[in-house]
Amino acid sequence: MALAPKSPNVIAKYLPIYFLLLAIAGIEFFVAFRITSTTALLTLLLGFAVCSAALALLFFMHLVEERRALFFSLIPATIFVLLMMNMIWSDSYRLLRMKPFPH
Amino acid sequence: MSDSQATAAAAHGHGAYMEESPYAIPSRKLTMWLFIISDAVTFGAVLMAYGYLRVASSDWPTPFKFTPSILNVMIMTFVLITSSLTMLGAVDSAKLGDKAKTSRFLWSTVLLGAIFAGLHIREWLGMIGEGVRLFQNPWGSSLFGATFFCITGLHLLHVFCGIIAIIVVARKFANGSLTAGHVETTGLYWHFVDLVWMFVVPLIYLTNIQH
Repeated sequence: MALAPKSPNVIAKYLPIYFLLLAIAGIEFFVAFRITSTTALLTLLLGFAVCSAALALLFFMHLVEERRALFFSLIPATIFVLLMMNMIWSDSYRLLRMKPFPH
Repeated sequence: MSDSQATAAAAHGHGAYMEESPYAIPSRKLTMWLFIISDAVTFGAVLMAYGYLRVASSDWPTPFKFTPSILNVMIMTFVLITSSLTMLGAVDSAKLGDKAKTSRFLWSTVLLGAIFAGLHIREWLGMIGEGVRLFQNPWGSSLFGATFFCITGLHLLHVFCGIIAIIVVARKFANGSLTAGHVETTGLYWHFVDLVWMFVVPLIYLTNIQH
């Protein structure tokens, strides 16, 4: 009797990235209770968030499999816009008080 | 018209007669990428505005305890990352033409998304129960509630939209009116929702833990 063809395990190849994302999330929760300095914690957590986002973009959203042109058209421009927006926010906050930040 | 032109026209529309797609992806996928980029800038704007308020306020509240808030957020994070995995299963099953498996993965994603939304609403109700409103709270800066509800609410809105989109795609893919490409495009959106959560958790919750 012929056996029906076995359907491939489609999620198996994504499991390493999945567990890596869970591990990064776990580390984030751990360090949040360990570090009390807001600046140090924020820097560390943003670093972890950027790593998680990069993994999700490259492997879950398959950006690593697309043409490089797509990556270079989208990602650097987005990062540039976000950084520029960061500059504008600080300026708008300063203007709100009508004086420069105290030194 | 050559066979390759006919295939390209079927995949990319009549624009394919004039020039090839520079990214070698269907226009619907490119459109979703452009939407994701614009949405990323929207979230970037609100998160940066929150960051400035958070750093500039001397009396910013740090109300999140391990239980119930942080534990709830840990479960939510696990559920959302797992829903991304089931979405990936749906995309790859759809590409292989396995409709039954695609359907199972898509409905699993819907279920996990609904669990995430339910936990999110439970978190909101807990905060409201503690007296947090848009412009007042019992602890400190009055803008805490506004930023908390706006940022998590914007993310929750994306989750609701994603759940509705996946339900529509699951039903239409099952009856053959949508293709694997549609499943993949919806998957891109769902992974983006997951990606945004990776920034919301540290900025909104983990920097405001009650030590």
